[in-house]
Amino acid sequence: MNKHYFERFIKFSIYFIGLIFSLYTIRLYYLQILHGSELNLASNMNRVKVLSVPAPRGIIYDRNKIALVKNKSYFSVSLLPVSTNIDIKGLSELLSIDQTVLAAKIKNGLNFLNPIILKDGLFFEDIAKIEAKRSDFPGLIIETNITRDYIHDNLMAHVIGYLGKPIQSQLDDPLNDNNITKDTLIGKWGVERLYNSTLMGTAGKRIVEVDAFGKVLRVLKFELPIKGRDLILSIDINAQIAAENDFKGRSGALVAINPNNGEILSLVSLPSFRPADFTLGINPKIWSKLNSDKSFPLLNRALQSAFPPGSIFKTIDSIAGIEEGVINSSFSVFCNGERHLGNHSYGCWRKGGHGTVAFPRGLEESCDLFYYEVGNRLGIDRIEKYAKLFGLGEKTGLQLSGESAGIVPGKQWKRKALHDSWYLGETLITAIGQGYLTITPIQAANMAAMIASNGKSYPLTLLKGPENIKPKRDLSIHAETFRKVKEAMLEVVHSPRGTAHSIYTPDIAIAGKTGTAQVVKGRTDTNKQARETKDHAWFIAFAPAETPEIALSVFIEHGGHGGSAAAPIALDVIKAYLKPKADEKQEAAPKNASDLKDQQDNKEDEDDSD
Amino acid sequence: MIQTNKKRLYEQFDWFILLLLLLLCGIGILTIYSATRPAIESVHPNFYIKQAVWVGCGLIALIFVVFIDYSFLRTIAYPSYIIGLAILLFVLVAGQGKMGARRWLNLGFISFQPTEFFRLIFIVALAKYLSSFKGLMTMRNFAFAVFAFAIPPFILIMKQPDLGSGLILIILFVMIVLARGIEKKFLIQMVITCIIVVPIFGSIVFGHLKEYQRNRIIAFIDSEADPQGIGYQIEQSRITIGSGMVTGKGYLKGTQGPLRFLPEKHTDFIFSVFAEEWGFLGVTVVFMLYFLLFMRGIDTSLKAKDDFGKMIAIGLTFMLFIYFTINTGMVLGIMPVVGVPLPFISYGGTTLIANFMTIGLLINIRMRRLGLLY
Repeated sequence: MNKHYFERFIKFSIYFIGLIFSLYTIRLYYLQILHGSELNLASNMNRVKVLSVPAPRGIIYDRNKIALVKNKSYFSVSLLPVSTNIDIKGLSELLSIDQTVLAAKIKNGLNFLNPIILKDGLFFEDIAKIEAKRSDFPGLIIETNITRDYIHDNLMAHVIGYLGKPIQSQLDDPLNDNNITKDTLIGKWGVERLYNSTLMGTAGKRIVEVDAFGKVLRVLKFELPIKGRDLILSIDINAQIAAENDFKGRSGALVAINPNNGEILSLVSLPSFRPADFTLGINPKIWSKLNSDKSFPLLNRALQSAFPPGSIFKTIDSIAGIEEGVINSSFSVFCNGERHLGNHSYGCWRKGGHGTVAFPRGLEESCDLFYYEVGNRLGIDRIEKYAKLFGLGEKTGLQLSGESAGIVPGKQWKRKALHDSWYLGETLITAIGQGYLTITPIQAANMAAMIASNGKSYPLTLLKGPENIKPKRDLSIHAETFRKVKEAMLEVVHSPRGTAHSIYTPDIAIAGKTGTAQVVKGRTDTNKQARETKDHAWFIAFAPAETPEIALSVFIEHGGHGGSAAAPIALDVIKAYLKPKADEKQEAAPKNASDLKDQQDNKEDEDDSD
Repeated sequence: MIQTNKKRLYEQFDWFILLLLLLLCGIGILTIYSATRPAIESVHPNFYIKQAVWVGCGLIALIFVVFIDYSFLRTIAYPSYIIGLAILLFVLVAGQGKMGARRWLNLGFISFQPTEFFRLIFIVALAKYLSSFKGLMTMRNFAFAVFAFAIPPFILIMKQPDLGSGLILIILFVMIVLARGIEKKFLIQMVITCIIVVPIFGSIVFGHLKEYQRNRIIAFIDSEADPQGIGYQIEQSRITIGSGMVTGKGYLKGTQGPLRFLPEKHTDFIFSVFAEEWGFLGVTVVFMLYFLLFMRGIDTSLKAKDDFGKMIAIGLTFMLFIYFTINTGMVLGIMPVVGVPLPFISYGGTTLIANFMTIGLLINIRMRRLGLLY
């Protein structure tokens, strides 16, 4: 062996070994010193997981502290992603999930460290069976969660609203202080949405140490969730139940307002939906059914839809007419059932005519010819002005989603919207609440409340005991004007000739006005109309007439006549709301009014009026 | 005279390398204890006890090896080599496998990886051949060495298949041959040939690799490609080492191993666990121990009394060095993931005993460097 060569080789080898050690030390320096703190953080992030503990949402009560929505526990079944040898067939039978769906779920989930949620929304009875067989499926865990308990099922669904997972923009919202995660349920509709931040509370945190398979080893820190604040709504559950029962499957809306402070006492929009269907992620079938349903159950008709008001608008004509001096003691119109203007003919709902009509009979019997003339004398500008004074053509500002403003037509409006000038005939039909004029049921109720409170309008609210009860508007219309109109509205119910006399009751002095809004042009026999073209029924009312406590509007889509279809609902709602109060007041006094009422009920006639 | 010689022989016993060996084994047992800690209160797996038992067995093997004059190995080198090859062949037929590789031989009372011991036999046999002629290697010598000592075991090991051991064998072969010395003219020719042949050969080998072996190479090149597979191992190893920072998290304070983020925590990736708990300073100390060990091995080779001894010593030292380099390179993320243990520290009986025998041979050669007889 060449000694010289070998020694040279050894020298080279030592350099080489030295080089490897140097390189490795540099690499070590790079990892442990240059990137040490960053990798140390990564090792902590490996093992420390922050689990969000959802806070129970606040309970929603009605104005009498009757719970409308509570919370309840439910269970979810998850699989730890460690479990590889899972008996898919057995598991699919146990959980009654399709085998292929289950296998796909598990396969996707195995790439992540979090437990794979297999089934959600289970209750005690379901869980007992699973718990018994849990030992057959290692890695199967059962977790408890909280969800909403809708005690009254779909009652006032549009008021309560529903919950759902947040959309991306809500997660990205800079105001979201990480309280909302992608699994947090937040309010998506109704007061659940409107008062979400109040109801939601603050999620707690479970800071845990986990191993590589996501198994929780110990809890390092636990921050209790803070329950959301409860909400007491201004809604009266009795009035709400009475209203929803009375609709008997018909589509429509009802809004009742306390005219003295703007509290919403009842808000109905039918058909509606079951809020419980949404809470755990809505079933796609139910969702598409709700969306394709021709009766639009997801539409809140009380404030999202505007319709021609029909004759309930005559109350505004009357106030404008009296205030402007058009309607005075010498003003009267002879109604022969028809008014001609140019080539057009404008009819009265009573074919034979009303004869000579003055105020208040014009309102009591809702004579169209009387109001054509009032409209003619007022002119569209003044009609427009008074309509707007009573809040028509603008949103009421109740912050439920998607409120419509409706339309109060005028010369300027027509020029802008239709590029045409205003015609007198349009003034006439606007005066009887037809034509371009459209209002929402909540605007109608607000209008009724303003008449009831002599022109005062309060910010509308769904919460009981509003903080700010200064009127947002106080019309400088003479009290005498209101007195006259209110008396006439009382006669609508009280006078045997009145269009809503059918709901007369001696117990409560109800003032109201009926409306029948045409869906198609030209008056035809209502009973022969197909449902889609049948008139809309309206009724606005307030009671007690002297010191109003409730003002409301009832709207029934294609309901026919206001007097026969809409007014009875108003009566029941008023009774449901005022009766418990009356009972409180007269607890000692004997009740003898009921006999009288029965007699009156028998006298109800099928008056074809509006 | 014989008595005196024997006494002088023991005076030459290399206590230093034995000390280094025991220090590294001690570090190994302590780190295995820490790495296999259960995450929550439960039974501590007894890997550390087994390892301690293996260290005891290793010491007995070492003493046994020390007392046989390595010159005697010259007479049994070739027969042992042929028996070794036969055993490798037997493993292919009757071996037991993990992950599709047949590496283990079960003798009823014990099972072991014959490849680990074969490496020693291979080095001794190759050393015998390389010390059988004078001067630098000729083309003929080289060709013989390749066909007699490189290709047969390489094929048998790759058939198991054990990519890591096969490559180590080839690297070891090349290093020993280079140490022996090749004629300059021929060396140049060979380098040129290699440049042409290796890529072709490499792609053929790559084509025949098992899928997990291919994944290891792919994952090394792009660790982001599959975060839960082999790239995940590399990434977790990087995190484990880096999180130790300068002084480490402290003994028994490491999290990556017990919480199972780091796979193979007490075997191939034990270095990471040590680095996590002892930090840059601790690893520097361990590096020093290894460096001293390799230097001692090289020094033994330089001082050996004959070419046979020189070739064995350099071969054994290189073998330990290759193991160390590939293992630490792998956990540091600068070499592909090859299932190679860290000598003396990783858990594993066969390797440990083979490594004790390696050190025993080095001690043996150093002890007899003065040419004393007994």
